[in-house]
Order: sequence, then C-alpha cells, then structure tokens
Amino acid sequence: MASITLENLAHSYLSDPKGETDFALRELNHTWEDGHAYALLGPSGCGKTTLLNIISGLLQPTRGRVLFGEQDVTQASTAQRNIAQVFQFPVVYDTMTVGQNLAFPLSNRGMDARYIEERVQRIAQMIGLEAHLGQKARGLTADLKQKISLGRGVVRDDVNAILFDEPLTVIDPNLKWELRTQLKSLHREFGHTMIYVTHDQTEALTFAEKVVVMHEGQVLQIGTPQELFETPAHVFVGYFIGSPGMNFLPVSVEGRHAIAHGHTSALAQDYGHPQGDIMLGIRPEFTSLTKGEGLPVMIKRVQDVGRYKFVNATVFEREINIVLDAHIEIEADMTKVSFDPDKISIFSNDWRIDPASGGKL
Amino acid sequence: MTQKTNNQRAWFLVLPVLALVAFSSIIPMITVVNYSFQDSFGGNEFFWVGLEWYRELLQSERLWDALGRQLLFSSIILLIEIPLGILIALSMPKKGWMASLCLVLMALPLLIPYNVVGTIWQVFARADIGLLGRAISDLGLSYNYAQNAFDAWVTVIVMDVWHWTSLVALLSYAGLRSIPNAYYQAAEIDQASRWAVFRYIELPKMSGVLIIAVLLRFMDSFMIYTEPFVLTGGGPGNATTFLSIDLVKMALGQFDLGPAAAFSLMYFLVILLISYVFYTVMISADNDGTAR
Repeated sequence: MASITLENLAHSYLSDPKGETDFALRELNHTWEDGHAYALLGPSGCGKTTLLNIISGLLQPTRGRVLFGEQDVTQASTAQRNIAQVFQFPVVYDTMTVGQNLAFPLSNRGMDARYIEERVQRIAQMIGLEAHLGQKARGLTADLKQKISLGRGVVRDDVNAILFDEPLTVIDPNLKWELRTQLKSLHREFGHTMIYVTHDQTEALTFAEKVVVMHEGQVLQIGTPQELFETPAHVFVGYFIGSPGMNFLPVSVEGRHAIAHGHTSALAQDYGHPQGDIMLGIRPEFTSLTKGEGLPVMIKRVQDVGRYKFVNATVFEREINIVLDAHIEIEADMTKVSFDPDKISIFSNDWRIDPASGGKL
Repeated sequence: MTQKTNNQRAWFLVLPVLALVAFSSIIPMITVVNYSFQDSFGGNEFFWVGLEWYRELLQSERLWDALGRQLLFSSIILLIEIPLGILIALSMPKKGWMASLCLVLMALPLLIPYNVVGTIWQVFARADIGLLGRAISDLGLSYNYAQNAFDAWVTVIVMDVWHWTSLVALLSYAGLRSIPNAYYQAAEIDQASRWAVFRYIELPKMSGVLIIAVLLRFMDSFMIYTEPFVLTGGGPGNATTFLSIDLVKMALGQFDLGPAAAFSLMYFLVILLISYVFYTVMISADNDGTAR
C-alpha cells in the first residue's frame, strides 16, 4: 500500500490537443494519502472516469506523472500497479459460477487454494452472495451481478488501492445504502486507499472522509463534507453540493458590507475592495424571512416536506431558495430576506475570497 | 355492453402471401411427394408404387455412401472453418482504415458466384498448367485431383475453406466488436491471461453468432453442389459424389423421377433433422444455468 501522487497530470483524448478545452482532464496536482477513503464528485462528463482510468493504468496520461509512494508508475501496466477497480455497469464472467467469479482475481495471481476458498467465503458473506456462490453468473439480476463485480474488486487484500467508478448506479436504492455501509466497514477493517467516483452527492458525502469536486476537467476543491458545505471554494461547488444548492446574488462589496441595488447586508469579515465579478453566496439553510430588515423578496412557492419548508422566491429578479424549519409560520408581512453574516461567502470571478488568508482559497 | 364485432374478412389480407407461398414452395413440394409414390414410363403415365422407392433407396449402398461422404465433408469443413474463422476474427485490426480494408478483403470470396469459384480452383489446381497444381508437382509431390481420390478431397475442402471461412470470420468479428470495453478492462484489472480472456469473455459473448455460423455452414455444406460439380464432377469415380450431385445424376442423368423424388424428400428431412439437433443442443448449452 502506498500513497498515490499525481504530478502535473493532464489528459486529452485528441492526438494533438491545442487549447485548454481540448483536455478532458486539465492540469492537476494531488496526493491521495495512503489508507484514506476519497470520493470523486462531479457531474457526468467532468473527467472523473478519465482520472480513475489513469490511476489504474487503463489509460496513459498525455502529460504528467503518476507516483505510487516514491515510485513512478506512469508507464506501468495495470497488473504491475496492483490495483482493483469496479466499473459502473456489472462485468461478470458469464460462464463461471459466482464463486469462480470472486476467486478469479486470486487464482490468476496463483494464490493458495485454501486461501482463495476462505477469502471468497468471507467476501460473499460480507456482500450477501453466500446463497448464490454455486450459481452460474449469467442468469442473475443486475443487482447481484454488480455485487459480484464489487466482490471481485475487494477480494484481493494486497492491492494498492481500490477504485470505484459509480459502482452503485444500477443498484436498488435501499440496497445502495447497505452496500455503501459494507464498503465503509471494509475500508475500516483493511485500510485500503479507496477512491469512489460518483455524481451523487449523498453517496460522496456519506462514503468519504475527503471529497474531491471536479467540474469540466478541473479539480475545484478537496475537502471534508463540512468544508464543502460551509466554505465552497468555487461557485460550482456551492451550487452542486447541497439540495437545493447555494443562492447567489451579484453584489458590490465594501469592507464589511455587501450592497445590492442600494440594499446593504452585513458581512462577518472585512473584505476590503475586491475586484472582478463579485457574487454573494448563501446556503438556503442560513437564509431567513423577516418582517423588517433585509432585501425585498417575492415568495413564489412553498413546499412543506415534513421537517422543512422549502421556499422558492425571487430577490431582484434572481431566484433563491430558502429552507425553514417546519414550525416557522410564513406570514403575509414577511417581505424581506436576511442572511446569516457568518455563513456568507463572497466570490470573485467564481472563486471564493477568504480575507483571513488574504486572497482566494 | 358493446357487441364485439366479429369480422373475419381480415383473413383476406393474408391471401397474397398464402398464394405466393403455395406456388413457390408448398405446391412444388407436394408434386415431389406425389412423384415419390409413383412410377412413370414417360408419356405422362404414372403408376402407384407406394413406398417402393423409399424401400429401395434405404437399401441402396449408393445413397448410404453419398450420405457418408456428405457427413464426413461437413464435419471436416466445420472443424476447420469455425476455429480458423475465430482465429482470423481475433487477429483482425479493431479500428482504422486497416479494419475496413480487412473487412472488404474478407468479404471478397463471398461475392464470387459458386460456379466461378469451382472454375477458379479447377484451373488453379490443375497438375499440368495450374499455378497451385504445378507448384505442388514441382515440389516432387504427386498431386492430381482428377485422378487421385485423396487429392480430390483435399482440393474440394481447401476450396470450401477458401470460399467460406470469411463468413465465419465476419460473423465472429461482429460478435467480438459488440463486447463492451469494460470487460477487457476488468480482465486487465483481474490480471486474466490472454487465454482466459478468450475462454471466459470472448467465447461466451460470441456464442450467439457462432451458433448461427455453425448452422449456416452446416446447412450450406450439406447441400454443396456447384463447386465440386465444376471441379471434379463428383469424381474420380464416385469419390466426391456428395448427396446433391448424386441426386442430380439420378433425376436428370437417369431421369428416374420417382426415386429422385423420394431421395429429395429424405435429403430434406435429414437436413431438417440434423439442423434441429444442432440448434437444440447448442441453444441448451448456451442457456445452461440461465433458467434457474
């Protein structure tokens, strides 16, 4: 096991990439620390799978290096890298039984028969395949097939890392939760480095210690779920994480005040006079309706979902969402909206400004 | 409750098809059935002979010998063409202009009319002037397909392999191309050997098209007529007289309409039976483990 370092890594599927837009994966430096569970989160087509395939060696990067520990493995084959990977859609060996499928990665590496037997039993038990071990793989449901794929991914205990490429896409929702829990406990038990690609934020936030958010071939932020939620480094992170996403208002900022159409909101920190396209970002959870102070608001729709009320409204003709506790009554004279100053983020040209560190994050 | 209209007139719409099928296959077939139970001395006079022709044919060595040769021929060409076709498909380039070129080259033999194939090989393999025949003779090997039964067999088989292996290769190639890339990636991750990839991924995924290839090649080879007829005329002696060549001799050469009709029907039934057996066996092998 080793940490995985990506150095100036970039990849293009074109043979002669010119501009930045030709790259499926833009230049990237990152170290995946040994034994951590990461989630790679981003919308479809943002380069997640490309990055994963480069790490596993199925794809050669156009530029840059991949290091396992201190060792350069950029040119090394998948076998040499000793990595396990689970794909989005189930890949099973049809003519084999479930048990033979699980044993396949081990027997290919010439493991001892007794060890294989024991390991297969163990994994089968863990992911709920014991009852099917003797069955042919081909007739099984998609759920079970994907469980086999998962099982083959985790059956080897000597791998450098296990990569998951949206492994639960085809799985039933309630089973998803169960399998994710199993993966987590597997991680706790064996301490493999795990990288889990997904476009589902719930999946990412519940699985991983650290979440890497990608967009258009670029890594925008790496952080804990809480960091992503409270201090998104980029407008896209604010918008993509959270349901509903962050609200944004174009403002101008002077010191501790954000001004929009002559209305002022207080800020918790002194931002000075930031340049560029300035946006105020606030989570719907930290937005409240008031009778007196704040910005004028026009409420368009209220949805009561039990514990919360989702309010859809417009401020200066921009749509915003507000999440209120269910017990808060919305009254007719609540015509203003105010923001919790501590939770406000200010963005310049899409990137977050952090006055404490004197620039963007 | 509304009365459901009971309109049977829609059946008239099927009439054209029925008429077409009747004239193209059912009526000719019934004519043959009719002939097979009668004897004729010309002048359009027929006598009822019952099962006489069938009894006679089943006892004739001539038919059994031809059937034996036919089965041997079909088995040999299946044993050669199926593995060879798969091997060619596996080694064909996967994309780019080379792939297109290969496909066109592979398809060429399939486009040549059967009797032209026969003629090509008849000239090509001639021991006196043919390129192949002359080359073999000059190597010091005695080779003459017109006089030696073994040489005739080898030539007919090589000709069929040349003509038809492409079909198996093209079908296999199509089967191979439809395998999602993820399977190969997973195999790479699982560190499967090249053989394991073939055995556990490619072969199972190709099984559907291979069933079709085997059936097509079996039926076609079992009915082979034109190419050996042009090449050897069924000789030397009766060495390459396959069922259809024998049938034509009987029906047109000797004008024995009754026995030839009986022969045709049995020939048809044998092909039907063997194809059915092939199909059932292969489908059930394919479904093994599915229906659980």
